[in-house]
Amino acid sequence: MTLPMGRAMREVFGETVSALADDDQRIVMLDGDLGTSTRAEIFARAHPERFLEMGIAEQNMLGVAAGLASAGMIPFVSTFVAFAVVRPLDQIRVLIAQPRMNVKIIGSYAGLFVGAAGKSHQVVDDVAIMRAMPGMVTVSPADDVETEQVLRWAAAYDGPVYVRLVRDATQRLFDGGYAFEAGKAVIVRAGADVTLISTGAQTPRVVDAADLLAGRGVDAHVLHVPTLKPLDVPAVVAAAERTDFVVTVEEHTVIGGLGGAVAETLGDQRPTIVKRLGIADTFGQSASNADLLDLYGLSPERVAEQVIALLADAGRR
Amino acid sequence: MDGSPAAPDVGAITALEEVARRIRVEIVRTITAVRVGHLGGSLSEADLLAALYFRVMRIRPTEPDWPDRDRFVLSKGHASVGLYATLALRGYFPVAELLTFDQAGTRLQGHPDMNRLPGLDMSTGSLGLGISAAVGMALAARLGGRGSRTFVLLGDGECQEGSVWEAAFVAARYGLDRLVAIVDQNGLQQYGWEGDSPDHRLPPAKPGELVRKWAAFGWRVLEVDGHDMPRIVRALESATADGDGRPVAIIANTVKGRGLSFAEGEYLWHVKIPTAEEYATALVELGEPATSDGEPAR
Repeated sequence: MTLPMGRAMREVFGETVSALADDDQRIVMLDGDLGTSTRAEIFARAHPERFLEMGIAEQNMLGVAAGLASAGMIPFVSTFVAFAVVRPLDQIRVLIAQPRMNVKIIGSYAGLFVGAAGKSHQVVDDVAIMRAMPGMVTVSPADDVETEQVLRWAAAYDGPVYVRLVRDATQRLFDGGYAFEAGKAVIVRAGADVTLISTGAQTPRVVDAADLLAGRGVDAHVLHVPTLKPLDVPAVVAAAERTDFVVTVEEHTVIGGLGGAVAETLGDQRPTIVKRLGIADTFGQSASNADLLDLYGLSPERVAEQVIALLADAGRR
Repeated sequence: MDGSPAAPDVGAITALEEVARRIRVEIVRTITAVRVGHLGGSLSEADLLAALYFRVMRIRPTEPDWPDRDRFVLSKGHASVGLYATLALRGYFPVAELLTFDQAGTRLQGHPDMNRLPGLDMSTGSLGLGISAAVGMALAARLGGRGSRTFVLLGDGECQEGSVWEAAFVAARYGLDRLVAIVDQNGLQQYGWEGDSPDHRLPPAKPGELVRKWAAFGWRVLEVDGHDMPRIVRALESATADGDGRPVAIIANTVKGRGLSFAEGEYLWHVKIPTAEEYATALVELGEPATSDGEPAR
């Protein structure tokens, strides 16, 4: 069984923040000249007076957001991850994170799917960077349903938040009954043989991988971690206890992201073998989405293969 | 100079000059006592801060979070001692607290930390950032229908940061005429480019260069002697009079280390600490009567 497709997170982003702004005059949208790509344009049409085009000048944009927040506004900053995190990092550090400004940094085009833009736009280390930033809540929703809830939560939360969204439509993991809770991980498949921990739009692919594994006699437990910081430590420890063998899977470098967070936590709390699947300390490249998933070992088939091999290496199969 | 609000009377000017003198005394006293701090750039900004905090800005020291207040951002955050001395004398916190500067547990961090010290409108420290925050404050005031003005103080060396010009571009684009950027053009940066000899350092910008650049970015530009109190006050009051749709830049020509003969114009006094002898000289030159134990009277 393969999970169905949902709507693109960026469409949900434009609609949700516009809807939130209907009821809250403090919400403003800052765009770095990418409103048509990020769908911030949806907000621009709904609330032109509170749509602040900042042009191609992202360092200034993050600083302006801090100034707006200092005066009681709730700025959503929208651009690609490359320009939301990496380029204006000093502004994020000194003007947003240190004073704990109520700024929502919404990085679009997270991960490998950047619409044929290639390596400069594929940021492989944004979670590692933002997770290490003191006080920065870091969230990577799995699908359209969770994206809407994360954005609604972020608007209500008082403090800096980084949300990473995927450009293209993703598989839908959750149904209408799902309720996102900040800082909580979610068991999306119960199993006994191996624990797979994933985040963002990789989680639906890991669920599909778990189905493939079931066909080969491996009963995988799948934990989805939307909030990378603060990490749901009890859930990670419980998931490790359940199978005694953990594999993390992320559309991100294997250094410092979800895999890093899980390994740190289990190292502290419950030493367990943690194998990290993801982008292996390298940069991205141009290719179709399907080819990218294959190249970096993130397709359901490739994840299943690697898990089987890891279990075999460990003598667990 | 354009715009001509009523000239301040002589008494008001004299009072502001006395405030600036006391700010300088507290700067020197603090840095000498705790043996850290940026002296040169704190002394060059003292007259500007006196005019802002004791005349121009609409603020309530007993209600530092008053929503309709004017905002101030010290973009050249390393000159924090000058701002702390100003805030203390204005009544935001006790003058004696200045001696906690940069010590463990202090509210007076090396670079301004708004979460620790009431009265600071923004945390700064990395150069080139503060003006963007000021643009955000000015946008927030406009969106909120508040008449608040926003002032941001930059260094001339700081204007080498590209992000300053990103902010300058956007501020002009939005016609933020309640935003005033003041450049403390003291003519020296920490090290900079060599002049005629290794000990002679060139100014961060050539004469007239910053005036031309800010004007080219669409700002209304005023140039003043940053140690001439009547002219500072006139410039600030012109800058905050009815706007013409342009943000205002005041290029204030100042002297790094102003007030101390041994420090004026000497690039090494960016962070140097006065010796006991230099401290005594400084107090005399600042017109501060010494008490019997050698400490200046408060």
